[in-house]
Amino acid sequence: MSTASQLEPAAQRVAAYGAVAEFDSPERLLGAIRGARERGYARLDAFTPFPVHGIDEALGAPRSPLGWIVLGAGLAGAAAALLLIWWTGSVDYPLVVAGKPLFAFEFSIPVTFELAVLFAAFGAVVGMFLFNGLPRLYHPVFQHSRFERATDDRFLLAIEADSIDFDPARAAAALRALGGEHVEVVAE
Amino acid sequence: MADLAISQELNPALVLGEPAYSDVTRKVAGIVEGRMPRAWYIAIACTGSLTLVLGAMLAYLAFTGIGVWGNNSPVGWAWDITNFVFWIGIGHAGTLISAILFLFRQRWRTSINRFAEAMTLFAVACAGIFPLFHTGRPWRAIYWLFPVPNPALHIWQNFRSPLIWDVFAVSTYATVSLLFWFTGLVPDLATLRDRAKTRGRKIVFGLLSLGWRGSARHWRHYELAYLLLAGISTPLVLSVHTIVSFDFAVSVIPGWHTTIFPPYFVAGAIFSGFAMVVTLMVIARQIFDLKQFVTMKHLENMNKVMMATGMIVGFAYATEFFIAWYSGNQYERFVFLNRAFGPYWWAYWTMVSCNVFIPQLFWFKRVRTSIPAMFVISILINVGMWFERFVIIVTSLHRDFLPSSWGYFRPTPIDMLTLAGSFGLFLTLFLLFVRFLPMISMTEVKGMIAADGAHPGD
Repeated sequence: MSTASQLEPAAQRVAAYGAVAEFDSPERLLGAIRGARERGYARLDAFTPFPVHGIDEALGAPRSPLGWIVLGAGLAGAAAALLLIWWTGSVDYPLVVAGKPLFAFEFSIPVTFELAVLFAAFGAVVGMFLFNGLPRLYHPVFQHSRFERATDDRFLLAIEADSIDFDPARAAAALRALGGEHVEVVAE
Repeated sequence: MADLAISQELNPALVLGEPAYSDVTRKVAGIVEGRMPRAWYIAIACTGSLTLVLGAMLAYLAFTGIGVWGNNSPVGWAWDITNFVFWIGIGHAGTLISAILFLFRQRWRTSINRFAEAMTLFAVACAGIFPLFHTGRPWRAIYWLFPVPNPALHIWQNFRSPLIWDVFAVSTYATVSLLFWFTGLVPDLATLRDRAKTRGRKIVFGLLSLGWRGSARHWRHYELAYLLLAGISTPLVLSVHTIVSFDFAVSVIPGWHTTIFPPYFVAGAIFSGFAMVVTLMVIARQIFDLKQFVTMKHLENMNKVMMATGMIVGFAYATEFFIAWYSGNQYERFVFLNRAFGPYWWAYWTMVSCNVFIPQLFWFKRVRTSIPAMFVISILINVGMWFERFVIIVTSLHRDFLPSSWGYFRPTPIDMLTLAGSFGLFLTLFLLFVRFLPMISMTEVKGMIAADGAHPGD
């Protein structure tokens, strides 16, 4: 439904997000990613219904730094818990119960552990969404006529515009040559 | 050929019929998008009515006082705390399946994790009601349960008490389970958004999916986030029932003051949780025709987990008795003899029969793979596990150190209707879940199909 002749003149008038093609299996997608990189396209993104094994290596993506966020959040949770227990029990309202010390690490362990886990979990989830730039309710790739298949059973590959002299028509041709179907140039 | 047949006998496929990716979407999303079967409407009419009963009982309690329940000196904790521990325990299977089996790369968790995680959330919601209403004034409870500045009294919680540890454990557990569940749901919500036909569904699922687009950049962070959540949920799930058991073990009551409680409670929680997953899954896979994704292999594995944890629980019962004798402590000895042969002998032997004897039937493959048998056994296990908590709590309290203060706990009709009502709430939430959200993770099932190398184009 989207032939090059319909889209290319329009695409030249507005800034392009990039060229997007559809593939019907993870293997073909990975092959096309490698092919596009060989042709010198560096800004690639894929849209897949499930995490495709080996795609990070194919895209040359670095490892996610999320682990450090989670570690930091967990330590912050533990510190917050110890501070809470110490301050409420020994400073703000020092009450001796059964002759026990006002503060001790031993009885603080359960709450410290739980708050460390709680903060770490928020760190993992919030950090993941922030790294991903979500929530973001709109993205140019949604304009691709077959995008809804990317959350069902198809695998989209986008060659994104990376400079002012990015030529969407050439990128689209490259995707077609790599076996992509429904190649479309998507506006920014 | 023969080798292949043997390997399939030993290691049957986890998804039957080699579906294409789009078949998974169509089947699972189709349940949410289509009309519910008549059985669903009948079920929610019943469970919704029971939920109203729960609301009425709790309102009656709030307006009257906790005297409407049967607990009274010397049995200060009775059905309320029994129900609390029972529901918290039910939740544990969800986290075990979603986190621990994920770390152990147990692929059979894939089709059942969403279902079990939802069960966790609803069970914890039911659990929370009981201690909250046991305070008598739930609208004031925020000052008692959480370290919220109290303008009237200006006091803080005693952090040496296991009861406050429990508040932190259970609320952290509920929150982290919700985060884990929602994170798993986001890619599936995006699928529902992209399939939505009506404007309302587009807006609702568009907002809920947070603009997820399945980008390779998304998945890179997502997969690590999921792994990290599994890693932190694993010690969390073990800690929750450990800390619940501290409510008892840190006290000095004979029958409660034992170091075996944490592992024994955790095993019991997993035992009852799996039983509840099987009870509900057997019904759901029948009604929604999910046999392709929830195979006999899944059910059989869950039955094996029940058999193993049931024996751990049985071993704990035996150890408690042995230690009661071996410790030479006469109070300890009395409590255990009183448990098995005292006025609550019927509760004790119900517990032992349901939890220790009946699961032994799972040694037989024919029982393990029979739907009616596992359905009945899983219900009996939960009866047994409810009685376990009742036995631990009530038999340890009802005969105090002083024979002059001995008593016998009897539940009131309010107790019984509140428990029945909590089942209504649990099942109602569950029915709404299967109606509005995909009960099987489409993303994970597709990933598993892809990993199996079966190449399903269309």
